[in-house]
Amino acid sequence: MITVESLTRRYAGVTAVDNVSFTAQPGRVTGFLGPNGAGKSTTMRVMVGLTAPTSGSATINAERFADLPNPGLEVGVLLDASAQHAGRTGREILTIAADTMGLPRTRVDEMLEIVSLTPTEAKRRVRNYSLGMRQRLGIATALLGDPQVLILDEPANGLDPAGIRWMRDLLTGFASHGGTVLLSSHLLHEIEVIADDLVVIGNGKIVAAGSKEELLAAAGTLARSTSPRDLAYALEQAGIPSTLAGDGSVRTDADPARVGAVALTAGIALTELRSAEGAGLEDMFLSLTADTQREGVAA
Amino acid sequence: MTATTVPPATTTEAAPVRRTARPIPTTRLVKVELRKMFNTRSGFWMLISIGVLSVIATGAVIIFAPDSAVTYESFATAIGFPMSVILPMIAILAVTSEWSQRSGLTTFTLVPRRGRVIGAKAIATVLVGLGSMAVAVAVGAVGNLAGSALAGVDTVWDVSLSTAPQIVLGNLVGMAIGFTLGVVLRASAAAITGYFVVSLVLPGILELLALVREWFLDLQPWIDWNYTQVELFEGATNTGEEWAMLGSTTMIWIVLPLVGGLLSLRRSEVK
Repeated sequence: MITVESLTRRYAGVTAVDNVSFTAQPGRVTGFLGPNGAGKSTTMRVMVGLTAPTSGSATINAERFADLPNPGLEVGVLLDASAQHAGRTGREILTIAADTMGLPRTRVDEMLEIVSLTPTEAKRRVRNYSLGMRQRLGIATALLGDPQVLILDEPANGLDPAGIRWMRDLLTGFASHGGTVLLSSHLLHEIEVIADDLVVIGNGKIVAAGSKEELLAAAGTLARSTSPRDLAYALEQAGIPSTLAGDGSVRTDADPARVGAVALTAGIALTELRSAEGAGLEDMFLSLTADTQREGVAA
Repeated sequence: MTATTVPPATTTEAAPVRRTARPIPTTRLVKVELRKMFNTRSGFWMLISIGVLSVIATGAVIIFAPDSAVTYESFATAIGFPMSVILPMIAILAVTSEWSQRSGLTTFTLVPRRGRVIGAKAIATVLVGLGSMAVAVAVGAVGNLAGSALAGVDTVWDVSLSTAPQIVLGNLVGMAIGFTLGVVLRASAAAITGYFVVSLVLPGILELLALVREWFLDLQPWIDWNYTQVELFEGATNTGEEWAMLGSTTMIWIVLPLVGGLLSLRRSEVK
């Protein structure tokens, strides 16, 4: 479990992280969202002791990261896949990490296999790696010590579609075995598919936190029917404001059960009824972080 | 049409069990740091260049030196020069690559006590220095035997047993200066430039100062680390006062900046 309590980090005149508190629970994947420069990376760096907090604390299983005797065996960390000595081979980078943690060298081959780096690729220097290959190597380093906690900053960045699918299965599998996963990403669709809990940060402050269902329930319902206008009218009659989207879908803040009931009463056949998740997370993200977006997107 | 997305069930199959991890022993850290010094392309060639340059220097003495100069001291001096330049570079890169190449992100995440990593690097650096010098001594000895045989003169072993440790210490001082610059500046280019400034530019300035300001003349040996290092290379650090001078320059150029650099390194952000 990762616990962040009243964490604040100030730089000369700038408060990068402002009184942030949240937990990432074991057995669950926690998605960490926020616009560029919102303080995600700084928060993650404080968690692993690379940055000292101005005040507050971050603990892993109730211990400060720096106090862990052999952190690699307890926490897998990937903050920046490009932060590797360009003149080392992929295999050497894993060997060094395995040696530091005191693991047998066979573990290196196992990890290369798990992240699908071929022996030829492993012999190449990281200078010649693509971003996706560096990402795989970084994930291999994080998983090397068979940790119970994973802290990953943008792990899907640069991965091909098959790689993203693989990563998704890997992380859900990890969580289902009782592991704690905290991952940040800009790929909202990815987060939506994989995360159980969400923490949204904007301008260094938490703007929303909770389970994905809770947060997205607030984002409303999407319904389709063969006659969207009738549906919208029926909803209006029932006192539920709705919007008719250009693609023929009807969106409303009410929950799906109520929309279904209204449609039934009105005798309208629905062809689709669901939480407006797809656009929901994106809408939620943009509206929650509207004040902090560079582009000034309206809520 | 998509059906209602059912969120993946989050069953906790096994409660996370806390394993009792043992702290990472220092010997392991030193081994890892030694490996890191030579498993990069630049590190590998740096090590190779010590061997290659020792052989070239030896060859040059055999070919160009007059017969009377085919002595062990000539070989030691010829090999010693490239060594005294390369060894500090190895010391610098051992530290700065963590920042310049950003591998520190992984290193300091695996070992959050940064002082331990730097300590392991210091031990590894000294070991590399001693190892390189052992190679140089051996290459020089072979050169001396071969050179004197080729020239048909008696083999002269004119580096005394009291001088040899001083030469070794002189090289270690150079490496320590490089290591200190690495810890303080934490950037390869800056530290290497810095090393050439303090080893090539600074002595000239201090020399000049001693010439124009008489009061500085007596002070220079206490401040100029190059002066005390050259004394070591010549095996001329013998009196208590000379050792005190070495202590003084070591304090000014190595101990104090190293302590300051370590304090800031332990707190600084690893980017």
